[in-house]
Formats: sequence, C-alpha cells, structure tokens
Amino acid sequence: MAMESVEAVVAHIQGLSGSQEEVAHLHSLLKQSEDALRSQAARLGAFFHQLDPSVHTLGYLFLLEAYSSDPVCREQDGDFLLSIVEFINSCSAEQIRLAPEKFISVCKSFKDKVMQLQVPIQGIVPLRTAIRKLQASSEQLTTLHSDYLLLCLLAKCYKAGLSILDDDIFEVDQPRDLFLYCYYGGMINIGLKRYRKAWECLHNVITAPMTTLNAIAVEAYKKYILVSIILSGQVPLFPKYTSSTAQRNLKSHTQPYVDLANCYATGTFSELEGCIQTNLEKFQSDSNLGLVKQVLSSLYKRNIQRLTQTYLTLSLQDIANAAQLKTPREAEMHVLQMIQDGEIFATINQKDGMVSFHEDPEQYITCGMIEHIDSSIHRLMALSKKLGSLDEHMSCDPAYLTRIGKERPRFDFDEFDSVPHKFL
Amino acid sequence: MEGDDEATFAAATGYEAMYANGDAGDDPRLPPTPRSGKAAVGSGGDLMDVEAYAALYTGRTKVARLLFIAERCGNEGMQLEAFRLAHDEIKKGEDSHLYREAMAKIGDRLGPRYAIDQVWADAVDRRAEVRKEKLENELNIYKTNLIKESIRMGYNDLADFFYAHGQLGDAFKNYVRTRDYCTTSKHIIHMCLNVILVSIELSQFMHVSNYVSKAEQTPEQLDPVTHSKLRCAAGLAHLETKKYKLAARKFLETGHELGNNYTEVIAPQDVAIYGGLCALASFDRTELKNKVIDNVTFRNILELVPEVRELINDFYASRYASCLEYLENLKPNLLLDIHLHDHVETLYTEIRHKAIIQYTIPFISVDLHTMAGAFKTNVVGLEKELEALITDNQIQARIDSHNKILYARHADQRNATFQRVLQTGVEFERDVRAMLVRANLVKHECITRAARKP
Repeated sequence: MAMESVEAVVAHIQGLSGSQEEVAHLHSLLKQSEDALRSQAARLGAFFHQLDPSVHTLGYLFLLEAYSSDPVCREQDGDFLLSIVEFINSCSAEQIRLAPEKFISVCKSFKDKVMQLQVPIQGIVPLRTAIRKLQASSEQLTTLHSDYLLLCLLAKCYKAGLSILDDDIFEVDQPRDLFLYCYYGGMINIGLKRYRKAWECLHNVITAPMTTLNAIAVEAYKKYILVSIILSGQVPLFPKYTSSTAQRNLKSHTQPYVDLANCYATGTFSELEGCIQTNLEKFQSDSNLGLVKQVLSSLYKRNIQRLTQTYLTLSLQDIANAAQLKTPREAEMHVLQMIQDGEIFATINQKDGMVSFHEDPEQYITCGMIEHIDSSIHRLMALSKKLGSLDEHMSCDPAYLTRIGKERPRFDFDEFDSVPHKFL
Repeated sequence: MEGDDEATFAAATGYEAMYANGDAGDDPRLPPTPRSGKAAVGSGGDLMDVEAYAALYTGRTKVARLLFIAERCGNEGMQLEAFRLAHDEIKKGEDSHLYREAMAKIGDRLGPRYAIDQVWADAVDRRAEVRKEKLENELNIYKTNLIKESIRMGYNDLADFFYAHGQLGDAFKNYVRTRDYCTTSKHIIHMCLNVILVSIELSQFMHVSNYVSKAEQTPEQLDPVTHSKLRCAAGLAHLETKKYKLAARKFLETGHELGNNYTEVIAPQDVAIYGGLCALASFDRTELKNKVIDNVTFRNILELVPEVRELINDFYASRYASCLEYLENLKPNLLLDIHLHDHVETLYTEIRHKAIIQYTIPFISVDLHTMAGAFKTNVVGLEKELEALITDNQIQARIDSHNKILYARHADQRNATFQRVLQTGVEFERDVRAMLVRANLVKHECITRAARKP
C-alpha cells in the first residue's frame, strides 16, 4: 500500500467520521497508515486544529498517538499537556473503545510528562475523565486505574482517589493491572486511615493467583503485616486460596516485619521498641516508618481496650500500669484520644482519677440503623445473585465439563452420569 | 526395727521429730496423712512418715517411690531413711543394675553398714546368667515340642525373670509374646496385667490403655479384684496423659475390693487422693455430688484419707478457706508422689479457679474484701486472679476497681446478635467480592493459557 500522505489521512478522517460503518472503515484505513503517521510525527502538530476531537475522535486519537510517541515532539511542545487534556475532555467514548491501546498509550505519555514536570496534581482530573470514558462498565479495571492512583499518591490528593477506589472491580483484563491498582489503593486507604479498606486491598494483592513471586506482592505483604497488626493485633494466616508461591516465599522476603509481628504478640512495649530500633533502616528504606510508628501506638490502644472488657471502673494509675505507660497523665491522654475517636466508651472522673467504662450505647433501634441493615441485605442479595449466575455460567462451560468429565469416577451404567457424553 | 538402727545415724537433722512420728505409728497400715497433716500445720515441714508410706507398696514400685522421695524431699533425715529402706528392698530382690544405680546415688551417706556390696551384686549376676540360660533352653525345648501351654509358660517365666532382674524392655517383649499362645480368658487377663505392670514401670501409658481395653474385652466376667485393678491402671494412664476427667471417672469406679491386692502398682489411699483431686478439678457440681459424695463404693476408699473427704465436702458446701487449707497441707506430700507430682500445680490451680467461679455464680454483686477474706488472700491478688478469669471468659462479670466490687454482667443477647449479624454481613461481602475478582483473574489466566495452547 502506498504511503499515504498526512493530508490524505486527515481528509479521510474528516470524511468518514459520520456513522458506525464509516468509522469502522476509517479504523481499518488508519491502521494501515500507522507507519506513515509515525514517520511524519513532527509534522502532525499543524494538523490538529483541522480536526474536531469530539467528532473525529478516532482519527484524532491515531494522530495524537503517533505524535506523542515521538520523544522530540513531546519535549518541545509546551502545549502538549493542554492538547491532551482537551482531547480527553471532548473525545467520544465509543470511538475510543475501538482503539483502547492507543488511548492508553496516549494517557501514559501524558502521565509521564506530568510526572516529569513534577506537577502530578494537574494530571488527576483528566485521567479520571479518561478512566470513565474508557471503562465499559464501572466494574472494569483498566491500566489507567493504577496510573491514576499513582498520581493521586504523588500529589497527596487521597480523596480524589476515593471516587475511583470505591467502585467494586470485578472484571480484570490484565492481572498485572490488578496488583498495582490494589497496592496503590491500599496505600491511599492507609493515607486516609481507612485501615479496614486498606487491609482488603492488600489482601487482594497477596492472595491473587500468581505463579511467580513479584515485587509488588512482597511490598504489599510488608504493608499488610503492619495494617493487620494495627487492625486486629495479629497477622492472620494465609487463607487456603493463596497461591503456593506466595505462601512459600513471602515470609522469607519480609523477615523484619514478621519479627515485628511476633514481637507485638508478646505485648511488652519496650521489646517492641527495641525490635523497631534494630530494623530501623530497613523500615525507612521501605518508607514504612510512619506505619511502624502507628503500630507502636496501637499497642497502647489494644491494652486499654482489653481493660474495658474486664473492668467497670479503673483508676488512671492502674491503667497506666496495665498498659505500660509512664504516668497517669499519659494514660489520661490516651483514653481521651480513644474516646474521641470512638474506639471505647468511657467517662473520665478527674476528681477521683477514675475512668468508668460503659457499654456500647448502640441499641440497634434507630431508623438509621434499620436502613443500614436493610441496604446491607439488599446489597448482599445482589452479590449472591451475581455469584450464583457466575456459578451457573461456569457449569455450562464446555471446557469445564470436559475437565470434570475426564476426572469423574467410573460409575456403573445404571448410575446417573452427571456429565453428558458429548463432552468426553 | 526401731532399736539399734537409730544409733548408726550420726548426722540426721530433724530426725527426732520424724521418729516421733514413727513411734506412734506401730501399725504400718495406718495412713500417714493425718499425722503429717497436723505436723505440717504446726511446723510447715514435709514430715511424711517414709516407712509407713513405703509399707503400702511392694515390688519395684516401692523402690522407685523411695528413690523418688529421696531425690525430691529437702529433708536430709527423710532422705536417708528413704535410701535405707530402698536399699533393704533392693537387696531382697534380684536386680543388680538397680542396686548399682541406687548405691551410686547413696554414696556413703548411710554409713559403713550400707557400703556397696560388690560380692552380692556379682553373685546375683552370675545366678542370673545361669537361670537365663536354663530358661532359654527350656523354652527352645518347648518350642520344638509345639505345646502351646508350655511355650506360654516358658515365655512367661522368661519375662518374669527379666522383670525381676530389671530388664524391663525384654520383660515387656516376652510378655507380649505370650499373647499368641494364650488359650483361655484367664491367660489373656494374666498376660494383660503383666504387660500393664511393666508398661507402668516404663511409663508407656499408651500400652497401658491398650491392654486395659484388651483385658476388658474378654467374654468372661471379670472378678471384682481384677476389675478394680484394670480400673486403677486405666485411671493412671489417663492421669499421666492429663485427661483428668476420665482419670477421675476411672478411679471413682474402683471398688474397695481393690484393698491391698494391687500394691505392686498403687495403694488404695492413692486411688482416693488421685480420684478425689481429679474429680474436684474437672467435675461440675452435679457430677461431683452424684459420683463422689453420694458414691458408696468410693466412700469406703475415701475413708482411708479423711482429709480428701473433708476437703471435697468443704468445697461442695462452699467453705473455701478450709478446703484450700487442706489442699495446702497435702501439697508437700503429693509433690513426692511419682505419678502425681507434675500434675499437682495444674490440679491445684484448676481447683482454685473452680472455687472462685463457684463463689461468684449466685451473686449479682460481690464485695471484693469479703471474697478476699473467704479465700484467705488480699484484694490486690484476688483482683489479678479475677482479671485473668474474666479475660478467659470463665466469669461473666466486671470489676469496679474504685469501690472494689465485682458486678455480674450478662451479655445483652439482642445487641450481641445484631452486632454479629452485621459483622457476618461485612465479612461475607468482603470475601465474595475478593472471590469474584480472583475468579476473574483465574479465568483470564485460563483463557490466555488456552489461547497459547496449539
């Protein structure tokens, strides 16, 4: 095929961007002229104003991708970022989904540029729009998700990440995307102190099916240990569905953290501090020192919480002794903080130096609570239905039936055969 | 017996006091505990009457117990007494290995009359060699003749010989070998009892349990003595494996027909003590009443150790202070018992916990000062104990540390249920979502793998 000039391509784009069939035709044409476009990347800059991104999205995308893949253009063009942002905002979603890899590569170069210029915050809103346009449904994970979360982390705009994180993900195209997404998601949740959610994200990373160990899982496991300790005081065992690679290898790569967990279990404050001191550089190099400090303070909290189970009233001095704090004043500070955070229910009587612990005042009779229960029930029913349909779908799958047909025990002829013979 | 032996003991501290005990104890069958109990209350020492104690047993267990006492007791007088009795007992038997071992431990503390008698030991060894050859030859003859009964007797005699000579492993093997040649139930029972005896000596309580069940499976009705013996053995096995409830049940089923028939293993006083303590530590109130207090057969045995009877009654009637006091008094002697010594602490803690829990059950609120008085401890210590029990969920209560009152606390079922329900919902949601993601991942992996396959 003769090399088409850029002008010819532009003309095609303008002409064939009307209906669906035209666009499909355009798509094949564009694919054929990819090399041509790339070789003339430098010239492309002039042609952008001839095209309208919202109508000629696909063509614009191809041109843009060829343009941005050329490093010289990227460096020199001051308006590079602006043009991409404009494109993302005005492009049409259906046309983008025809060529998702191109779109992704454009966004990636956008992200790289933003990071290079050290203004990650500028990339957040455009990328979010990009994700929403690229996703077929809100349950789908794209490669852009992890880039988006990375920018949020770098810009420290954790709340921005929440809107994407709160979507439940059920469809994953590339396993690698999931690892990064969940890892960054965990970090954002830690930043927002939503430890339960962070634990879930990190749990997904380490229990994801993997045949070889990857660095993301190792880092995730380190944070997982720390978050587990903060949440429940101990690190749970690997569930059955964890891959054997993970089960065998993760602990050996994260020895200082495992030691920390064991030290925490024994409960004395000074031992824990000592353990932290010995491994200080390792924690720092993994940039986990902040989390580690929170683990330390959680030890106090756990000791005080245990006291609420046993005592109705207790003097501040006794609390200080039991929780290994130095003075009753410190104990008072800690208890006050915990009451404010809603972790315990108590009142401090400063005159006597006594703390009275109360039961959880929640009576489960308010309207708000009933609504909460009701919505949970509905949500869970929808979830089980989804699970049921997945199960049904899989039982009808020919590959599955062939597999169990081969492995089933040989019954007598009169016995009911659960697998039709055509699948054997 | 008591005459000129004393003169040879030069340095024996506490000797007079101990012999004061022994003086009044002419009848060796009188239980040692009442006197030593009182003496202990007075002086706090572990003044057990070693001789009376040893007289309760025969055979190897007597020697083993005496040596154990000698090792464990702190009192030198008792130690020497125990060594002396052990030495005399060993000399009556044929076990030269044991003799040498014991003499090594004794050294020359017992004076010149008890120096190691090499001549005797060598004579025993020589006799043993000769007898062994003879027995083995006889056995071979019987084997060639293929007469079952003689072969059985042959193995039995060989095993008896090994047992007498201290080679317990060989004795065990030979007793087990007689099994193939047993024809009547009597034979089987005889074999089982022998095996049980050797296993107890060897501390292999798995075998004890096995052979007790074997013996009980014989179609013939067991006579009461054998039945009691088997019960005791089973009880001992359970005790050693820390199954206190089962041990208690077995001991309680032992009838008084046991009498002095099983002295090569256990004395009826021991049955009373083990049974009583295990029952106290592991039974609940109804079981305690039905199986111990109202148990007529066990009552006869319990009469032998009146303190245990008293302490069980005190516990049941909630007189905890005196109950715990009896326990404390018994403790030093129990620590010298070869079967019970390592269980004493556990059993005592259990009993104490049970007492505390039982004390708090009927009340909504309990003043810690009164309770501390009832348990003869101070409020701080009591608070610590209660804290441990509450954390362990054995007591449903809360401590008001300011006013030193314990308030019973009954969990609100309704709230607890709601909480659990919501928690289960959250966990379900989390797990199912994670599972769907994982399923999706695996599906993609399978698809890529299937795509790659030719």
